[in-house]
Amino acid sequence: MDTIQFILNGMMREVLSPQTAAVAIAVIGLNIHFGFTGLLNMGQSGFMLLGAYGFAISISNGLPMIVGVLLGFGAAFIFALVLGAPTLKLRGDYLAIVTISAAEIIRYVGRSALLVDFTGSAQGIPGSQYTTPFRNLSFFGDGQFTLLPFNYQDVADGAAWVRILGWIVVVAGIAALIYLLRGGADLKGASKGFAIAGLVVINLFLLFFLFPVPYQSTGVSGWWVRFIAWGLAFLCTFLVFLMVRSPWGRLLRGIREDEDAIRSLGKNVFAIKMQALIIGGLFGALGGMVYVLSSSVQPDSMGRSLTFFCYTALLLGGAATIFGPVLGSVIFFAGRIGIKYTAAAYVPDSIMNNQQTEQFSYIVVGVALMLIVIFRPQGILGNKRELQFNV
Amino acid sequence: MSDQMADPKVARELADPAARQALTSGFEATPGASKPDPILLVNNIVRQFGGMTAVDVQHLEVQRGLITALIGPNGAGKTTFFNLITGFDKPTTAGKGAHWAFDGRTLDKTSASSVARAGMVRTFQLTKALSAMTVIDNMMLGAQNQAGENLFKSLFRSSWGRQEKEIEAKADELLERFKLYEKKNDYAGSLSGGQRKLLEMARALMSDPKMIMLDEPMAGVNPALTQSLLGHIQNLRDEGMTVLFVEHDMHVVRHISDWVAVMAEGRLVAEGSADTVMSDPAVIDAYLGAHHDTDLGDDALLSDEALEEIAEEVAAEDADRQAEEEAEGLR
Amino acid sequence: MLRGVAGLILALLLAPFLALISSGSASAVDVLCMAKPDETACIAGTLRTEESPVPDATITVTSPSGEEQEVQTSETGKWSVEVNEPGEYTVVLDKESLPDDVVIGQGEITVDVARLGVTQAATLDVRTGSYSAETSKVDELIQSTVNGLRLGLLLALASVGLSLIYGTTGLSNFAHAEQVTLGGILGYFLINQHGLGLWIGGLLVVILCAFTGWFQDRILWQPLRRRGLGLTQMMIVTIGLSLALQYVYQYTVGARTVRVLQDNPSVREIGPVTITNQSIVAMLISVVVLAAVGYALLRTRVGRATRAVSDNPALAAASGIDTDRVIRLVWTTAMGLAGLSGLLYALVTNGIKWDSGLQILLLLFAAVTLGGLGTAFGALVGALIIGLVVELSPVLGMPGDFKYATALLILILLLLVRPQGLLGKPQRVG
Repeated sequence: MDTIQFILNGMMREVLSPQTAAVAIAVIGLNIHFGFTGLLNMGQSGFMLLGAYGFAISISNGLPMIVGVLLGFGAAFIFALVLGAPTLKLRGDYLAIVTISAAEIIRYVGRSALLVDFTGSAQGIPGSQYTTPFRNLSFFGDGQFTLLPFNYQDVADGAAWVRILGWIVVVAGIAALIYLLRGGADLKGASKGFAIAGLVVINLFLLFFLFPVPYQSTGVSGWWVRFIAWGLAFLCTFLVFLMVRSPWGRLLRGIREDEDAIRSLGKNVFAIKMQALIIGGLFGALGGMVYVLSSSVQPDSMGRSLTFFCYTALLLGGAATIFGPVLGSVIFFAGRIGIKYTAAAYVPDSIMNNQQTEQFSYIVVGVALMLIVIFRPQGILGNKRELQFNV
Repeated sequence: MSDQMADPKVARELADPAARQALTSGFEATPGASKPDPILLVNNIVRQFGGMTAVDVQHLEVQRGLITALIGPNGAGKTTFFNLITGFDKPTTAGKGAHWAFDGRTLDKTSASSVARAGMVRTFQLTKALSAMTVIDNMMLGAQNQAGENLFKSLFRSSWGRQEKEIEAKADELLERFKLYEKKNDYAGSLSGGQRKLLEMARALMSDPKMIMLDEPMAGVNPALTQSLLGHIQNLRDEGMTVLFVEHDMHVVRHISDWVAVMAEGRLVAEGSADTVMSDPAVIDAYLGAHHDTDLGDDALLSDEALEEIAEEVAAEDADRQAEEEAEGLR
Repeated sequence: MLRGVAGLILALLLAPFLALISSGSASAVDVLCMAKPDETACIAGTLRTEESPVPDATITVTSPSGEEQEVQTSETGKWSVEVNEPGEYTVVLDKESLPDDVVIGQGEITVDVARLGVTQAATLDVRTGSYSAETSKVDELIQSTVNGLRLGLLLALASVGLSLIYGTTGLSNFAHAEQVTLGGILGYFLINQHGLGLWIGGLLVVILCAFTGWFQDRILWQPLRRRGLGLTQMMIVTIGLSLALQYVYQYTVGARTVRVLQDNPSVREIGPVTITNQSIVAMLISVVVLAAVGYALLRTRVGRATRAVSDNPALAAASGIDTDRVIRLVWTTAMGLAGLSGLLYALVTNGIKWDSGLQILLLLFAAVTLGGLGTAFGALVGALIIGLVVELSPVLGMPGDFKYATALLILILLLLVRPQGLLGKPQRVG
């Protein structure tokens, strides 16, 4: 019982982690590229790294935070322009090759010893050099705070039946939420919105009740950074919702399916693809900034693997859906930690030592990515008929 | 909608066969003949693939308000010619004397999308209905000058919501006319081949073009729908639109086209009314030269009795297919 | 005037030899250390400048437990010490014992003696004082060119396969580099761990890798093709496979670098070029294998069938070619070649790691794209160019840590002016 509680607590912490939110934001950007427009951007980690560098280098050199944010966005904007201009007129694979190469170039340059004064080369930039202005904005105050203060331990001393009952209800709640998001239960418009919002609130409340988490209110990796990170993730989700329900979003989906058809209807396909590449790239840069808020800028932590994890999260949640990126990222990170902890707790060390549990969890990630694409390309939330993604 | 498409006075006049007759006579029907009131002018377009010349058209004029058919055996370069003048391909002679203009506007360096915006909209031989989008979404994509297609305005429904309603009303009207209204919210992928052709044509009309260019609109369409497609094409002409369409079977075109241009091996070999062209030895040579064994097409296929018979068969088949699809849906 | 300068340079070049002759009589004789299994290990090396061996230099070896041993280099510059515990040894060259015209490049190194019974090489770096910047630049250029060709040939082995797969199936295989890693790691298991001979073990590695190609196509790629899975989806499947394989490698051998052979390779000098014997053999093998693949593609029936499928699968199938069989063969060959490439890579670069593939993958893509997607001979040319760029760019003034970035930058720049690649056909670009 306690082992299970321990594993689930670990998963809950991972769900709340600001880095999960950061990747979710980057995945939202990737969703615009790959999900809606069909652009094979294999360098989302490059956009993230540029955002992070722009943000961290500016602030550690004494510029105000807002300038850092703008510089991060500016770098990603130029990156998108430079990559898109030559490749968006060519076949899809060229964009893939160019973006993955360019992202690696950014990483190589970032970790170069020549730039050690700016980027800290391979060691990176420690968070202490740039996170202070962000923490100073906090109105959460000092000290520690446990969410929820009222939790399962206050009901019948956290007896097993309380917890198991709670877990069952949470699973049912999440299942109901996914059912609603997939367009079940014939609800339309406002009533559907209310039903979803209500379920989200109830589920969150239950989760915090069953897995209370204590963090510093403002500290290096406290509630403040979590609050902002997830706030931004939901803001980005809302922005994407606004964009893709519009005629602009319709154009994106049209381009994903057949560029020539859209061209024959008098639309400037190149311009729209460029807009999509830039917007998605800006989301990537924002994700990068959030990613380093609670840690440090490490060029090697934002390499190809991160892009691949973004793809896994996107396809898991459902490409070309509104909530897919957030859901996919949460399940990706929580699931990986869950696998790792479970393997550590239940597989004897003689078969799998502690280090190997980490690697085992990544093997599962790779295999899961293959299986999703083969057997459920639409992910959890997607619509199979809409999603054929032929780029 | 016709009032936006073309001059209504011209439209009324050209619905009358005699008026059309007058327009197409009074000049010599030679390949590259110069005609009264051309809307499209093409000069010296050459396209080579490797060493092979696919298209080499020295001069062609397409008259405003008429149905012009571009025919020729398979491989004559008709589709390549279409791609060239609509900006989907670049002539080998680009910058070296190739020149073409639509309605007084030079198109030599114009991109495919700008050509469409200029009022010359095309369809494709292999239908490009966007199958993973609904029929209505397909239609809405066709409309021009949408405020909501601007990235920043797209965020605010207030800036495009009203226009969206107008466009949808127009789309409904067109779908009604093309008998696709029932399918409005279906995915385009679930339509039959003929229905997709109709959808593509209707989508092209959403932009109120001056001229519509149809690439083999009858290919792969069952004969019953062929008849209705031909009817639609004639209606467009009668409303004042210029139609240029590509077809390889010369008998299909004789009933509806006012003018026929014939291509073979990339060149324009003949022009004239359907009847004169079909008896032109150069044309027969072109067809026979390319395909000794090909039937020129059975005219009887388009006789009314034959059509009715086929229509019944097709209807039966459609019903079967629908039943199958439903069964699949249930599964 | 010119003659005078030439004479001066000659004299400078000969100086170390004169010094050598004058001090030759006092040199110690060669005494080689022989490691006894489970009892002792040896640390050995040859001290030499770019011109000649350095005799009579004093080298101090300090054991992990702090015990010091002093040794003099022999007339041929050789030295060796016997040690009796595994661990990290410090090897220090005494500057005072060197002739005046010899300067130290790196005079202190640590040597890791993994276990007893082996001879561990230790290379101390010394140069003559006359080692002028100008002559070294040319030599460096030649040396880097050879290294570049070596890397290029190894990349070519893998990228020809990658290109063939792309040509016949349209798939960009992101897991290709993991197959390269697999070759190195299998080499470690079979040859290093299980003591198979290098040639037999190597052959077995290639056969096993080729089998993984056959097997993959049998259980994964062919069924997916039959299902009609889109190319983009398939590409993402290869990404998943690549992730899974990487961590399987890390799971089995850990994060360390593993080597195929335990001993250090012997070095040979040809003119200004220093190269290991293994590198020479590896380059020869690559050339022979690549020539064989090229011959097979151009002259044999199955090769022509492969090119036909590459050109137009539908037409090839219509003209009676069994495309599935051709593709199966392509996968098998490609993976065999990738395995060979990985084995040779591990041999010439002294080992391979679980994530070596990550680094190689982009070079492979760069090579394939540079030559023209889907053209096997383009991949060969592209690989040689990429190999040369990677090794030559530091010599030509790029900072050393930008050498991979330079290769990728060149790829991007080339795509701007010639998107179809060097040997690609223009109409391949949509």
